[in-house]
Amino acid sequence: MTTETAIAAVDPSTLYPSPLKEFWQHFARNKGAVAGLLFMLLIVFCALFAPWVAPHDPSEQFRDYLLTPPSWLEGGQLQFLLGTDELGRDLLSRLIHGSRLSLMIGLASVLMSLIPGIFLGLVGGFFPRFIGPAIMRVMDVMLALPSLLLAVAIVAILGPGLINTVIAIAVVSLPSYVRLTRAAVMGELNRDYVTAARLAGAGLFRLMFVTVLPNCMAPLIVQATLSFSSAILDAAALGFLGLGVQPPTPEWGTMLASARDYIERAWWVVSLPGLTILLSVLAINLMGDGLRDALDPKLKNAV
Amino acid sequence: MFTFIARRLGLLIPTFFGITLLTFSLIRLIPGDPVEVMMGERRVDPEMHAQALERLGLNKPLYEQYLNYIGDLAQGNLGESLRTRESVWHEFLTLFPATLELSLAALLFAGTLGLLAGVIAALKRGSLFDHGVMGISLAGYSMPIFWWGLLLIMFFSVWLGWTPVSGRIDLLYDIEPVTGFMLIDTLLSDEEGAFLDAVRHLILPAIVLGTIPLAVIARMTRSAMLEVLREDYVRTARAKGLSPTRVIFVHGLRNALIPVLTVFGLQVGALLAGAVLTETIFSWPGIGKWLIESIGARDYPVVQNGILLIACLVILVNFVVDILYGLANPRIRHQR
Repeated sequence: MTTETAIAAVDPSTLYPSPLKEFWQHFARNKGAVAGLLFMLLIVFCALFAPWVAPHDPSEQFRDYLLTPPSWLEGGQLQFLLGTDELGRDLLSRLIHGSRLSLMIGLASVLMSLIPGIFLGLVGGFFPRFIGPAIMRVMDVMLALPSLLLAVAIVAILGPGLINTVIAIAVVSLPSYVRLTRAAVMGELNRDYVTAARLAGAGLFRLMFVTVLPNCMAPLIVQATLSFSSAILDAAALGFLGLGVQPPTPEWGTMLASARDYIERAWWVVSLPGLTILLSVLAINLMGDGLRDALDPKLKNAV
Repeated sequence: MFTFIARRLGLLIPTFFGITLLTFSLIRLIPGDPVEVMMGERRVDPEMHAQALERLGLNKPLYEQYLNYIGDLAQGNLGESLRTRESVWHEFLTLFPATLELSLAALLFAGTLGLLAGVIAALKRGSLFDHGVMGISLAGYSMPIFWWGLLLIMFFSVWLGWTPVSGRIDLLYDIEPVTGFMLIDTLLSDEEGAFLDAVRHLILPAIVLGTIPLAVIARMTRSAMLEVLREDYVRTARAKGLSPTRVIFVHGLRNALIPVLTVFGLQVGALLAGAVLTETIFSWPGIGKWLIESIGARDYPVVQNGILLIACLVILVNFVVDILYGLANPRIRHQR
């Protein structure tokens, strides 16, 4: 008798948690992922409010304070918390403004490769006779070149710069989306619900985008997170090679390229931009791991 | 086995032509006038302009240009550098051993350390060591290696003075390039201390280049090992009283190696990309630095065919790994 009332008293919503809530419960169990999320929130905050958060203008040169060490060291100035670079620019302000660029490059390149990638993958999956293999061969060619080298090749054609960096990175990450989408689509196409939708008279576009695509999203979300981090890394590498965003723009990799000459005198100019890159990429990768475990338990042991 | 190799070879052909198409279009997609871009000046004298177009074969229809390009490639003619007037193929051959030596050293470092760390982490699952290896490998995987290189130079070369900052060998030594591998050439020469000097030059770049493969291999070995240790045949081997070392290395690691080998092969592409960065940091005279300098100097024939050569290299290595994988694992070989 008592058990019956207990069951009746239970709120049905606790028995079947919403997908979002269930996802969050899985995600929050992974401490690394939560730490990564918190760090990324900090970076996003810095990027959004850079002009207000940063103590100085990133390109203002304090000629009297060239290569000032961080404030906690001897000779440090409290107004330059992380020290200044070779032109007397405040390092902290440049790093904060750099987060805008890195996030923007990451976001733009992910969107620019995700959307065509999903489309090509869907087309490739739905037309397995001729178009599909043709698309996959083209993607194989793109995968044959290591991503950074392909990006370097593209920049060599287009010339260095912010926009071209984004384009290069977007092109480089396209194949993985196409492959993932196509593989997921081909797995779904034989399912009963797709047959049912076909029988119900769903058109090609409805089948593609409404019926099948939502069921393929989990690996794509994970891949988008991971390629966001490699976009930041590749953009910084291009900047470091002098092929990406050009100085004096405060891009993290570009900052490192000019810091090489001060390796003997000013460790902060060398270490801090790289540390920022490492921590951001690490945070995103941790988040990506958490997302993968929460969204797609099948992939748990894949690298 | 033969049909397996033939099928894989057949898959290579379209990829190869795709890559030639990419490198072919490279020089033709440059925004603006290619001759002006290559000469680095505007309003080139019209006659010289026409001559340059003629020389580069850019005045013919596109399909004819492409056929000519393929024809040249088939004859082994990769063009010549605009800067040095040397043939691209010759320059590639002189510089490639440096990159190969660096890559092999990096793989050796990553392979031994990664396998060891992965196996121990798997055996002591959940221990402090395991968490440490996983944490470090995650950090290694996220590492901007160009910064990592600068950091190591700052620490070991500038502060401690243990290793040289750049290059392959001290200028004091005059080493004749017999094999192109500095380690072998220094041993062949009779210069005293040259070998040790070459080793000291090699250590930091190899560590930098090996960092990401190390992280990947350690992670992969650990998860493959954990998988294998759960198998019935490992339990059987233990039950029949084999020594733990034999179970781990002969029954366990040998089977765990199959996925690890694949990852090893996939790392070669990443290794060549990393070589571009590593060689730039350490002024290592290999093909990565060559490529970046050529881009800076707008030396398009070198850029074009240098990229082609590197891509072919990656395809070739992946092909060999595929074949080895087929040899090691009959399930792959017989699948359609």
